[in-house]
Formats: sequence, C-alpha cells, structure tokens
Amino acid sequence: MLHIVNKSPLVSNTLETCLGVAASGEILLIEDAVYAATAGNSFEPRLREAMGRFKVYVLQPDLDARGMGDKLVAGVTAVDYSGFVDLTTTSNTCQSWL
Amino acid sequence: MSEIKKFMFVNRKAPYGTIYALESLEVVLITAAFDQDVSLAFLDDGVYQLKKGQQTKGIEIKNFSPTYRALEDYDVEKLYVMKESLDARGLGPDDLLVPVTVLSQAEMGALMDQQDVVLSF
Repeated sequence: MLHIVNKSPLVSNTLETCLGVAASGEILLIEDAVYAATAGNSFEPRLREAMGRFKVYVLQPDLDARGMGDKLVAGVTAVDYSGFVDLTTTSNTCQSWL
Repeated sequence: MSEIKKFMFVNRKAPYGTIYALESLEVVLITAAFDQDVSLAFLDDGVYQLKKGQQTKGIEIKNFSPTYRALEDYDVEKLYVMKESLDARGLGPDDLLVPVTVLSQAEMGALMDQQDVVLSF
C-alpha cells in the first residue's frame, strides 16, 4: 500500500499517525511533508526508524521548490512526477493522508 | 501620514504548501509604502520561507523568495528569526538567503510586546 503525506511533521501529526497506523509499505512525501526527509529536522530520528519498515520516497520538484535538495536524508528515494504515477500504479491501494 | 506605527508581521507557515507566505509579503510591501516601521518575524515552519536555493520550476509556482532580498529597497530591514525554530529544522543563518537577526524565544516575545500592530500569517 502506498501512503501519500503532504503536511510538515512539525505542524501536523499526519505523518506520525500514518507511521503509527500503517505497518509497512511505501510512503511518498509531497508538498510540505518533504521537510520530514531533511537532515537535522527534529523528526529525522522518527523517519529513520520508520525506514526500517517502509520504503520512503520524496517528490523531487517539491524538495527543489523549497530549496531542501541538499539536505535529503540518505536512503530516501527521490522521484519525479512520472515516478509518482508509477508508484500509484504499482500499489494495490493508495491512502492520501490529508 | 501623521504618525508612524510599529508593525510586526509574524510568519509561521512554510512557503508554497499554503498561500500565507506570499500573502504576507504582499501586505508587507503595501505597509512599507505607507512609511511605517515594519518588522518581519519568522517562527516555526515560517523560517523555511528564507531558505536559500528555492527552485520552483518543477511545481510551476512563482518563486517569490528573491523578494526577501529586495525588501531593503523598501526600507524593510528588520528581519528576525527564532533560534529554536532554526534548531528544530537543522538550519542556521548560513542556510538563509538574507541577513537576519536571530532571537531566542524570550527575545522574540519581548520584541512582539513593543509593537503597535501585530499581523499573523
């Protein structure tokens, strides 16, 4: 299952709830959620822990827009829009956490 | 204008995810045009507004971050960033695209107390 999250981890508990509810699968961080995958963010330890259970992706155009491309946490995979589409088509279900 | 007031704009939202950051900038420029004493404060995810290297071509939204560098041309030179917010995001003054004054939480509160008008975005 693909989980799509779009909120900053320091503003909303969306990603925290997602990590708590889901056991495994793929997580795609888009829009303000890309900050969760940046080095030095206080959510980083929680994300690293989750990377043992989930494959974590980040949408590159959203990362670039925010000037955070140089801070991407190692092990997180950046995808473009066509990669986003591929993820939705290869997963049986998608959950957009709004 | 008979009286100059102290205006503070409190920015707490990341850019692009919502419209708040851009709307704040618009109002800041209007206020500056009326020769008021303008301060900008950046707290929480608002500090991300000042991150260097924003490239928005991929999301097809206007990159408004260069406007922060143009603020001094409008005599808006008081930019304050909260240290605790930078620390929680792994950022330092070198990551920002303009020179700022870094304040502690307590200092930020004291500065807020000195204002005549506080507008929150």
